[in-house]
Amino acid sequence: MNLPWLFGGRTASAPVARERLQILLAHERGLRGQPDLLELLRAEILSVVSKHVVLDPEKVIVRMDRGDVVSMLEVDIEVPNVAEKWIAAVT
Amino acid sequence: MAKVLVVTSGKGGVGKTTSTAALGATLAQMGQKVVVIDFDVGLRNLDLVLGAERRVVFDFINVVQGIANLSQALIRDKRLDNLWLLPASQTKDKDALTEEGVSKIIAELRTRFDWIVCDSPAGIERGAMLAMRYADEAVIITNPEVSSVRDSDRIIGMLDSKTVKAEQGGRVEKHLLITRFDTARAARGEMLSIDDVLEILGIPLLGIIPESQDVLRASNVGSPVTLNDASSAPARAYIDAARRLMGESVAMTVPTPRKGLMDRLLGRRAA
Repeated sequence: MNLPWLFGGRTASAPVARERLQILLAHERGLRGQPDLLELLRAEILSVVSKHVVLDPEKVIVRMDRGDVVSMLEVDIEVPNVAEKWIAAVT
Repeated sequence: MAKVLVVTSGKGGVGKTTSTAALGATLAQMGQKVVVIDFDVGLRNLDLVLGAERRVVFDFINVVQGIANLSQALIRDKRLDNLWLLPASQTKDKDALTEEGVSKIIAELRTRFDWIVCDSPAGIERGAMLAMRYADEAVIITNPEVSSVRDSDRIIGMLDSKTVKAEQGGRVEKHLLITRFDTARAARGEMLSIDDVLEILGIPLLGIIPESQDVLRASNVGSPVTLNDASSAPARAYIDAARRLMGESVAMTVPTPRKGLMDRLLGRRAA
């Protein structure tokens, strides 16, 4: 029995808490256990580019900016400016 | 067979250390040989709650690094012969606690104790991971409040994936301990009810610890709440929970404070 007016007019807030948690946790549990998408992309991009160019793995940065309509995937790869290394890697 | 029990929550300030001290002390009183380990490197507090802060000479990391042996670092409780404390380091670098070091110490403690109770730090970082790493069982401390419930859910996910037990295809046995529960507020719909929390988290209930001033009173004087006043409501709830950990079946109730005559006459709300 829920009689909010008996308690100074305040409505019970626990049902709101319960509903919010149920929605949130259903979402979070769905994400759990999946590999981190950005880490996966980073590893694959690194392996593809490394076939042709000598790279410092630390200098491969993959970022995702999430927007309302579209998201921006940004890949930032720093390539050392040494001609010999380029040639060595390509040949 | 020794059991490794982690007391964990994700969120801070929900009662991990209080619960570790109370459950550890009660298991010791039941005749079990118990060691409680503080995993909160840099922010140790289990020593303080147990009233052993002035007796700490060596700590967990000293043992990991081989500066001291286990026997030198273990502190025996002054009230209970069966209760021992392995304190966390207060000053050293957190990275000094290695998985290998923890593994070795837990293995050695398993040969000497019935219960190894690991008091986890808050968060989901290294310290919390190491505290749960070798656990056979887990007590998840949850307040009936949204952020605590969410963090507990996260911790449950980690217990199911990041522990040695889970990696070997087994399961860490999980128990939910709801702390700071206020029956009246839950009845008025101001606080998540026990059923709400159980339905959301989906793990079996170990006990319900009522919100009480007795908890602060006990930590003020450095005594587990179960030893400071065994008849207080939170103490009775912890004692019931410890009995359930030992496999006894105890009816689930929320202990209420026993009111004195004056309280009754004056209609005073219990503390």
